[in-house]
Amino acid sequence: MKKKKITFGKAFVYFFVIMAAAFCVLPLLLIFIVSFTKESAIIRNGYSFFPEEWSLEAYKLLFENGADVLRCYGNSIFITVAGTISAVVITAMAAYSLSNPSVKYKDKLAMFFFVTMVFNGGMVPWYMICRKIGLSENLFALIIPNLIFSPFNLFLVRNYMREIPVSLMESAKLDGANDGHIAFKIYFPLSKPILATVALLYGISYWNDWWNSIMLVTDEKYYPIQYYLMKLKSDLNFMRNLQSAGMAGGGITPSESLQMATAVITIGPIILLYPFLQKYIVKGLVIGGVKG
Amino acid sequence: MKKRKKYGLIRDVRKNKLSYFMLIPAALYTLIFGYCTIPYMIIAFQKFSFKKGIFGSEWVGLKNFEFFFKSQDALRIVGNTVKLNLLFLVFTIAASVTLAILINEIRNKYFKKIVQSSYLFPYFLSWIIVNYILYGLIGSKYGLLNHTIALLGGQSINFYNQPQFWTVILVVLKVWKDLGMNTVIYLAAITGFDEELYHAAAVDGASRWQMCRSITIPMLMPTVTMLAIISIGKIFYGDFGMIYALVGDNGVLYQATDVIDTYVFRVLRTTGNPSQAMAISLFQAIMGFLCVWGSNYIAKTKFKEGALF
Repeated sequence: MKKKKITFGKAFVYFFVIMAAAFCVLPLLLIFIVSFTKESAIIRNGYSFFPEEWSLEAYKLLFENGADVLRCYGNSIFITVAGTISAVVITAMAAYSLSNPSVKYKDKLAMFFFVTMVFNGGMVPWYMICRKIGLSENLFALIIPNLIFSPFNLFLVRNYMREIPVSLMESAKLDGANDGHIAFKIYFPLSKPILATVALLYGISYWNDWWNSIMLVTDEKYYPIQYYLMKLKSDLNFMRNLQSAGMAGGGITPSESLQMATAVITIGPIILLYPFLQKYIVKGLVIGGVKG
Repeated sequence: MKKRKKYGLIRDVRKNKLSYFMLIPAALYTLIFGYCTIPYMIIAFQKFSFKKGIFGSEWVGLKNFEFFFKSQDALRIVGNTVKLNLLFLVFTIAASVTLAILINEIRNKYFKKIVQSSYLFPYFLSWIIVNYILYGLIGSKYGLLNHTIALLGGQSINFYNQPQFWTVILVVLKVWKDLGMNTVIYLAAITGFDEELYHAAAVDGASRWQMCRSITIPMLMPTVTMLAIISIGKIFYGDFGMIYALVGDNGVLYQATDVIDTYVFRVLRTTGNPSQAMAISLFQAIMGFLCVWGSNYIAKTKFKEGALF
């Protein structure tokens, strides 16, 4: 009797856990499948998990005629790589200084970084400052503001570096090494796991960013892929409204499967990096989240 | 005394030249994008024009605030911000705590890993991508939901002009996106619990359900409270990235979806009135600061480890 009760409980647990997994994954699977569905099948049956006819049409179109998409994709790759590298270096250097026990004012300096995390002028002054210092209509505007460096990540790295035994630094100093050497040759290599976490956090937020482009860029040639996708959707809605009001000629709207294919290639790098994302970000955030 | 302190800093810089040097880029960044934003806040009391600048613009006192609080928008957007954030908080916690407890019951390591990977994936997607997914599900012409309704012989619903559905839509999407990360945090807390407690309970003949109710849930409460307090600190900040990506400039839905941040964005970019935008955002910053300070105070008195500062 008791045994049967346990198996019922277990079945319930498995059922619920699997349902939750389906809830998380199926919507994504849908756009993936639609991107491989033949356009005529979508028009007949709508979006479906079981398409009548498969096709690679959308991807072919994307790579043959999608000069815009590919340029935006290239922009995104450049922004992400350049931004992540500089952000990680800046964060690691600052974290070293704030964890260096021979710096007397390190806690006061940490406070300097912390204050603006809690209180700052918000979107309006930020926008005005960016324009004032020339961060508009260029790729720097998509790299430098807002994302290049975050105090949260700084504290994450600093806390990690604090755990490195001071004796390492002291003996290196006795051997005549300066702080630059110690930071780059000893501390950074020893902090690899947390730097990986921070690099992935920066990388993801650069790749997913469209805030900087909506605020600071109007020229299409600087669009990153996320902003391109956003524009695509709102332009399509606009055209659909015109068409349903009988005001536009029609026939120029890109196909449903093409839209979804563009979305899928945007998710691409995240899928590729997913094993690392899971490993490092989870570890880093659990440490950061639980310890505050 | 003061002089000695100053001397101390200079000597400290001399002693650790390279350390201070390595701090410069981060400090410069914080100075420009953090501290320099603060003086700009006074434009909330001006009729700011880009031509005249901060020093030349006309002072108007509290007019910008008056205009906002007298409009019908004030109550709606502040209400929406707080309401949505509270709903996000409650449902995310409920869903992820339940899920963490259930996963903890599973012994099969590989199965555990696979399901956890699937929960986490949405966390890494941008809201723009989520918007495409949402369109695939509820789009009026080809969307999965409407197609299913049509198959069953019902009338299809155009979700994009029916604001009454959107509170639910936003809550579901938020839970969908954040479920994985929150579950991971709670699961980490659960695995840190003392195994001895469970052994002792098992010896006394407790069932898994009884253990869950009288060991796991009570011991999870501090983590839950701590994360809830942190979220309450941010209750006046709407999720601009989420709302704007999903709703955009679709005015029909504002009634249910418009939050302080999207409103400020519109006043700044569409209406083009920086002073008024600043006034609303100053109000938000003050309320936000009070909330962070208050919630931190509570965290400090309740748990030593929980305080942010």
